[in-house]
Amino acid sequence: MGGVTELQAMFEDMVTARYYEERLQEEYLEGKQPAFDISAGPIPGELHLAAGQEAAAAGVCRHLRDDDTVTAPHRPHHVAIAKGVDLKRMTAEIFGRETGLCGGKGGHMHLFDPDAGFACSGIIAEGCPPAVGAGLAASKRNEDSVAVAFLGEGAISQGGFLESLNLAAVRELPVVFVIEDNDWAISMPKERVSDVADGSRRAEGFDMPGTRVDSDDAIAVSDAAKEAIGRARDRNGPSLLEVQVHRRMGHFMGDPQTYRPEADQEAAADRDSIERLAAELRRRGVEDETLESIREDAHERVDEAIEWAKDQPEPSPEDAYEDVFANPPSGVTDEEPAYDLGTDARAGAESGGDD
Amino acid sequence: MAESEPEPEQEPEPETEDDAEPQVVERDLTMSRAMVEAIAHEMREDEEVFYMGEDVADYGGIFDSTEGLLEEFGHDRIMDVPISETAYIGAAVGAAQEGMRPIAELMFVDFFGVCMDQIYNQMAKNTYMSGASVSVPMVLTTAVGGTYNDAAQHSQTLYGTFAHLPGMKVVVPSTAYDAKGLMHNAIRDDDPVVYMFHKRLMGIGWMPAPDGPKTPVPEEAYTIPFGSADVKREGEDVTVVTLGLHVHRALEAAAELADDGIDAEVIDLRTLVPLDTETVRESVAKTGHLVVVDEDYRSYGVTGEIIASVAEDRLADLEGVERVAVPDVPLPYSRPMENEVIPSVEDVAAAVRSVRSTESGAE
Repeated sequence: MGGVTELQAMFEDMVTARYYEERLQEEYLEGKQPAFDISAGPIPGELHLAAGQEAAAAGVCRHLRDDDTVTAPHRPHHVAIAKGVDLKRMTAEIFGRETGLCGGKGGHMHLFDPDAGFACSGIIAEGCPPAVGAGLAASKRNEDSVAVAFLGEGAISQGGFLESLNLAAVRELPVVFVIEDNDWAISMPKERVSDVADGSRRAEGFDMPGTRVDSDDAIAVSDAAKEAIGRARDRNGPSLLEVQVHRRMGHFMGDPQTYRPEADQEAAADRDSIERLAAELRRRGVEDETLESIREDAHERVDEAIEWAKDQPEPSPEDAYEDVFANPPSGVTDEEPAYDLGTDARAGAESGGDD
Repeated sequence: MAESEPEPEQEPEPETEDDAEPQVVERDLTMSRAMVEAIAHEMREDEEVFYMGEDVADYGGIFDSTEGLLEEFGHDRIMDVPISETAYIGAAVGAAQEGMRPIAELMFVDFFGVCMDQIYNQMAKNTYMSGASVSVPMVLTTAVGGTYNDAAQHSQTLYGTFAHLPGMKVVVPSTAYDAKGLMHNAIRDDDPVVYMFHKRLMGIGWMPAPDGPKTPVPEEAYTIPFGSADVKREGEDVTVVTLGLHVHRALEAAAELADDGIDAEVIDLRTLVPLDTETVRESVAKTGHLVVVDEDYRSYGVTGEIIASVAEDRLADLEGVERVAVPDVPLPYSRPMENEVIPSVEDVAAAVRSVRSTESGAE
């Protein structure tokens, strides 16, 4: 269960992530009102916010080290924050600035921070195979680092996920798959796209341990994650963990959510993992002022990151042509060695054979 | 079950150019409404037509491609499916081979990677591999294009990727009128048709379209043949060949150029497979100058294909050639960089001016 200090650290990650999403929402909507135009304003393009999913990221990532790898899906910010991604540079990336994590090339769905062992992808379930690869590298190098792939419950019917479970299982790789079940694959409720209510049961088919945490309870997530990550670190193979979370906002900003019953939205708002953890901390004797000061510090850090990001220069148009390759197009050399391969004689033999 | 013989048009062609008195059409529709109208019409006529995709039912398609269809046809025929593109696009292939007429939607064309075997190796090839004993009468609809900063995994057109492999007809409407007529043909065709609609043209509330794609659309069903390019603007000096969103950018560029006395002809390919090279060649025979504009990558794509097909046949007609396309980089997120790589109206105009200057004797 962890001591109060550890729970406070988790609380800090969660309030940071929540406030981050709220602030990004404000910034994103600037220039998009009254008429919502996705390409207008300081943050253009799609924006998938994770308010209501903080417990999953905080509960899992608190057991991870810098040399552990995390892959996240299109809704990545809470995971990035919990994994220790540089908040300022992530924010600058979301604002499309030159000093962003990816120099403005990636945007919010494609954040890469190798120093923090973090990457995300906008294609459903496609972070799973690279996580298996990170686990494979650790295994081959005899290191005790682990890899964690985050995915949504909508992703559990995708081939990339199921194939990854199998490969990780058959090679006994140090990988943990974490399904964040927010009940909705954009507009599709879980029961319409899967007959299995408990996604962790997917593990059974691969003879892999599977656990579901059926509440927005960061402590329960942390306990389950500790076991799964410990198993991976101890070379006892992969695990699958499903965590019930809630989507407090639309699939993306601008999603009218007309498909979603109001009662469901209200339930999501009520089941607040942050308030739940705060109550537990109070029960354990943490003063309100302490919690308030954690919140204030988090807010200050987020506001500072956003202000910093907005001050950063935009990339120049010509930067678009950089970074297609890591090496020069010619590869590791631009010079061909001189060998005598007997080319003339061989060409003669070939044509002779045809005749 | 095999229905590979192309059937003659079942309905009179209202848009026949020879018609002495063409019907006046005054009702304007957005491209998405026109597309949906064709789908609804075909679904009423033929119970074997159904639509499968992610968020196509209650949501109505992320880009309004199925808006309103659930209310009329219900969840059995407007099917939300699990995020399992290999399974449901492959299932569309299988249902089509059973003689049904499925329409399967790939939400973003960029997601092709997770289901390309079903598209490239099944949908496109089964007719041929079976010696036409099997046909695959399905439509694969998919949203394409950038201009709204959605970065490298959600902004591509991939026109060349789909047009490259034989066996799929590839449709890229640029107006509501074309969208409807091409959709009717796509659904009725016994072959697999990839129907690529540009997000920026659909008339979605949150992604404002330019003025051009909203056009008059006849109420009744009509079919536009594949492989018939449309000269959207006649001109004498330069031939601009393009498709999709860039039809409208090219028309805007042509209007600017007209102020400078340059008369550009703008050809909308409308379909990539089959490709109407004849209309392009005839135009180039008239203008001598060719500019090809594409929102796909520059290399191994539409621009090279068009230029090669003209050069093969009418090399002597070509006094100058330019291509305008996405330079060979993935689509960057940040606005200044995306604007740099997606061809703009100014890029098109500059290419037209440049191609004209390559020939000193230009009038």
